[in-house]
Amino acid sequence: MFSEYSKIVKDGLWLNNQAFVALLGLCPLLAVSNTVINGLGLGLATTMTLVFSNTIISLIRNFVPDEVRLPVFVLVIASVVTMIELAMNAWFFGLYKILGIFIPLIVTNCSIIGRAEAYASKQRADKAFLDGLSMGLGFTFALVTLGSLREVIGSGTLFTKAELMFGEAATTWQIDVITDYSGMLLAILPPGAFIGLGLLIALKNIIDTKIKQRKPAHIQIPIQAAQEQ
Amino acid sequence: MKFSTVMSPHLQPVNSVDRVMLQVLLALIPGIAAMTWFFGIGVLINIALAVIAALLAEASILGLRGRPISATLKDLSAVVTAVLLAISLPVIAPWWITVVGSLFAIVIAKHLYGGLGYNPFNPAMVGYVFLLVSFPMQMTAWLAPVELSSVALTEIDWLKLIFLEQLPDSVNFDAVTMATPLDSVRTQLGLGRSVPEIQTDSAFGFIAGKGWEWVAGGYLLGGLWLLWRKIIGWQIPIGLLLGLGLFASICYAIDSNQFALPSFHLLAGATMLGAFFIATDPVTAATSVNGRIIYGLLIGSLVYIIRVWGGYPDAMAFAVLLGNLTAPAIDYFTQPRVFGQKT
Repeated sequence: MFSEYSKIVKDGLWLNNQAFVALLGLCPLLAVSNTVINGLGLGLATTMTLVFSNTIISLIRNFVPDEVRLPVFVLVIASVVTMIELAMNAWFFGLYKILGIFIPLIVTNCSIIGRAEAYASKQRADKAFLDGLSMGLGFTFALVTLGSLREVIGSGTLFTKAELMFGEAATTWQIDVITDYSGMLLAILPPGAFIGLGLLIALKNIIDTKIKQRKPAHIQIPIQAAQEQ
Repeated sequence: MKFSTVMSPHLQPVNSVDRVMLQVLLALIPGIAAMTWFFGIGVLINIALAVIAALLAEASILGLRGRPISATLKDLSAVVTAVLLAISLPVIAPWWITVVGSLFAIVIAKHLYGGLGYNPFNPAMVGYVFLLVSFPMQMTAWLAPVELSSVALTEIDWLKLIFLEQLPDSVNFDAVTMATPLDSVRTQLGLGRSVPEIQTDSAFGFIAGKGWEWVAGGYLLGGLWLLWRKIIGWQIPIGLLLGLGLFASICYAIDSNQFALPSFHLLAGATMLGAFFIATDPVTAATSVNGRIIYGLLIGSLVYIIRVWGGYPDAMAFAVLLGNLTAPAIDYFTQPRVFGQKT
């Protein structure tokens, strides 16, 4: 039982990371990952959407006829995103203005309909909830990593404009990683996002290879299995 | 009596990568010499920096990839990339511009795609565009040619300028830099002056800019030598110059006040360097005979279009990269027919 849940978490955060492995939702990933705070904001909004949409879709999965499931999923996701958009408009207005069109565009993020179709519509609500949460956090992790990479290289800072998310107390959070830096525009422009994502995927593959080498894969020996029977 | 039997082919191929690359480097000498004469020794410092950075980057990434290091370093392809990048840069570019550009060219544009022979884009031009997009301020500070400059920089001044970004105390930055001819045509047209008026300015020489036309002539000389040695084919350079020249002639015929002479476009900026040394890169260019003519014409017209209507004063790097992008498609549609095959 526990191992099932831990597998869901591991899949979401690392093994089937929506950004690094499934390569879904690239449009927001590449468009708003120019600073850490933008990435974190959109990542958390996407996580909320995934959690709600996965749970609701799992709860109604037995009442939705198979033929109309996709329109129903899209309706559910769109309603959830609308609510999140309105909430961000109310409480995080500065961030809402920066992220702009990319908040309503969460509806079209393929990883959300992907999880709904591939997982939530076939599983119990608690598992679907956990899946939404871990997939969302995995996506947020990717956005924040790419965002910090691009922010440090592009403008030499970290956590700039943190007050948009954490209130007035966070105005002093900005860290000047490289002082007296005139910036490297390419990292902030879209090509920088593609190059950065490519390098991060390469890094993830290196880590995976290292892990595999350290821990040889468990091979089931057929003879032993036969003897046990 | 014993006869040794040798398998065919009986004629050994004479061209190897290192021989071709060495000749390309030799052919660059007249252009580099002209550039040193008119713009000072900064270009030599840039070349040295770029070559060192490129060789170090090549060696370390070959090591990472588990490939033989010394054999690949000796093929001189990294040196050619570094030299082409260095001579495209403004001569007073700070040292880190040159180093970062060479690293990007070798690591990202060349080796991440699989190394020499696999890179779809010309590494030197990828490095140049990367720098131009990332550091527009440093990449557009061109020095005035020596005959127009009132300041004489000594060797020590040059080293200070490139490594410490310091000018001598008595000199300010605006006194040594100057808009390039292509740049001034562009901005002055925007101010409502006509081309013949602009070309009476002091920066313009006989055909193109003072100094610049001689540098272009140097590259033309080197390029003709490469053609004579059969290192490059005639199709790409002729196609490119024709594409640019035709486009410029048509526009000049329509309105000679708005569009500069075709001869100005042929000798200004990077036209000659691009036509003979950059567009002809065998790895990234089209390969079929007809394809190479189309490829040249395409790059030539793109250069003109971007120069006149685009956002940048010169366009060789962008045009070459766009041309690289189309090279596989051009090759696909211009494959020569096998004898006897129906159309």
